[in-house]
Amino acid sequence: MRSRRFPIVQRRAAAALALFVAAMLALPFFVNGYIVSVLVVVLFAAYFGQAWNIVTGFAGQLSLGHALYVGLGAYISAALFTHYGVPPWIGMLAGVVIAALVGGIIAALSFRFRVGGVYFALLTIAFAEFTRILFDHFNWVGAASGLFLPVSSLARTDVLLLRGSPVMFYYLLLGLTLGALALCHDLLRRRIGYYWQAIREDEEAAQALGIDVFRYKVAAMALSAAMTSVGGAFLAFYENNLYPDTVFAVGRSIEIITAPIIGGLGTLFGPILGAVVLTTLGEAMTSLSSGFTVNGLKQWCYGAALLLIVALQPAGLWPWLRARLGLGAVRR
Amino acid sequence: MLYLNIIIAGLLTGAVYGLMALGLSVIFGVIRIVNFAHGEMMVVGMYAAYLIAVNTGLDPVAALPLVTAGLFLLGYALQRGLINRYIARPEHEQFLLLLAIATIITASLLMGFGPDARSVPLDYAYDSFQLGPLLLDKVRVLAAVGAVLGVVALWGFFRLTRTGKAIRACADNQVGAQVVGLDIKRLYAVTFGLGAACVGAAGCLMLLLIDVQPYIATDYTLLAFIIVILGGLGSMPGALLGGALVGVTEALSGFAVDPSLKSAFSFALLILVLLVRPQGLLGRA
Repeated sequence: MRSRRFPIVQRRAAAALALFVAAMLALPFFVNGYIVSVLVVVLFAAYFGQAWNIVTGFAGQLSLGHALYVGLGAYISAALFTHYGVPPWIGMLAGVVIAALVGGIIAALSFRFRVGGVYFALLTIAFAEFTRILFDHFNWVGAASGLFLPVSSLARTDVLLLRGSPVMFYYLLLGLTLGALALCHDLLRRRIGYYWQAIREDEEAAQALGIDVFRYKVAAMALSAAMTSVGGAFLAFYENNLYPDTVFAVGRSIEIITAPIIGGLGTLFGPILGAVVLTTLGEAMTSLSSGFTVNGLKQWCYGAALLLIVALQPAGLWPWLRARLGLGAVRR
Repeated sequence: MLYLNIIIAGLLTGAVYGLMALGLSVIFGVIRIVNFAHGEMMVVGMYAAYLIAVNTGLDPVAALPLVTAGLFLLGYALQRGLINRYIARPEHEQFLLLLAIATIITASLLMGFGPDARSVPLDYAYDSFQLGPLLLDKVRVLAAVGAVLGVVALWGFFRLTRTGKAIRACADNQVGAQVVGLDIKRLYAVTFGLGAACVGAAGCLMLLLIDVQPYIATDYTLLAFIIVILGGLGSMPGALLGGALVGVTEALSGFAVDPSLKSAFSFALLILVLLVRPQGLLGRA
């Protein structure tokens, strides 16, 4: 219903996307360092949200433990770099392979034993928390006292070693996010994407149609985990220090999933919009509440905003905004 | 004998865990909503008991009925005013709603009390009973007795009162319950109130054992999840069994291996049970 019957809508969507990309490319030239660092946070949230959106938004399996794959990607690339001098791009590949394996194994174990719904969600938290505590005691990566990357060469930009300014990370992450957007767009129009959506809407019916439900759910999880680990590797080289209690935190898993839910679960642009809205909101709260010395004011407003969004636009902001902009029909 | 002492201490703590998790189990068993704000509600109970203790000198155990009643009202109001509207919604919307509630609770506690750990000074904090070769901490015994009484009271409510029976009818067959004319919305609100009351009572008892701080809430939400899944979501005896298992596992691994690894063992236990018996030890298939 999208493609041939609404060519105007599609052309407008393409124009809007081009405008968005152009604006994002030009932005670092017009803003100060603080804004760039905020934008990097936005892009991290957008990319992680897109990766998570595949397993939960497309395939309908609620994962609440995606910090696990962020952590695996971050720790594997950073540890290989600090211990053996392996370039981050190679370490990232190792992280992708391991994260995909771990995600695939967790999914296979769960779905083989018919663990679904809430139980699956809690199982993903359990694996993430278990790994966090293991890394707290894993001396090779610095255990609870943290793993640090050498920061002596931060002044010059070296894309091959991922050493450089926030602006370099901004463009790398922008590329990553747009790449993920293109990939998701493509996946949704392939057989696998339609299978995922069929499984999300009605798993039994999908099975009755002959879809290998188990295989496609495991594939969704493995792909989502692999993509998340790539973001994790960038996070490691951007922040230069890793602690299990922050990298693998439950709080990070929750952050990863709030942006796509706020933006619109299962939509292509929802994770990006959600990341923009939530990060802006968080930063606005921080600067507003810095005038007061009240503990918890920022979190309180953040919670209230979440409550407001889930009360007014439970399907997410993007479906609503898309209809307002005339970029597509309202679905759901 | 040292190990027996540790196992007993774990069992006593586990009884309080069981009471806390029972609230989560009751809420899920009837309303089919996962209360992601469960630990947060317990911390509200702990601060309420702390406030009462500081202002009136009343022991947390003596303040328990009052705090429990307060939490019941809070739970009832939350369900009536907010959560009821989300019962038929997709899981991720319910999750976001409860996440927002949890965030607001923690932030409100931070605004009210600050991030520092608080505790109630008890003159019997270091007393213990000698029972043959066993040495039992008085606070743990008191907390466990309170927890068991709480569980018995809830069990009695569900078995003996009309409202309790009506709630069980809702849990068994929601449509059937509506057909015979039960007021589902009110019963759900009572159920959420009861779940909150459980966790409020558990909060008073936990205050005997640990300090209170706004940020401990998430850990206890997770702990409650582990316990109810071990025992079986929706199963009352299961929550107690899960509480006892986790209490003993934590106590033993904290003593024999490393205190900071104790929750790793609980999570490992959870993963094992989920993979071997996904419905939990006492859950129905």
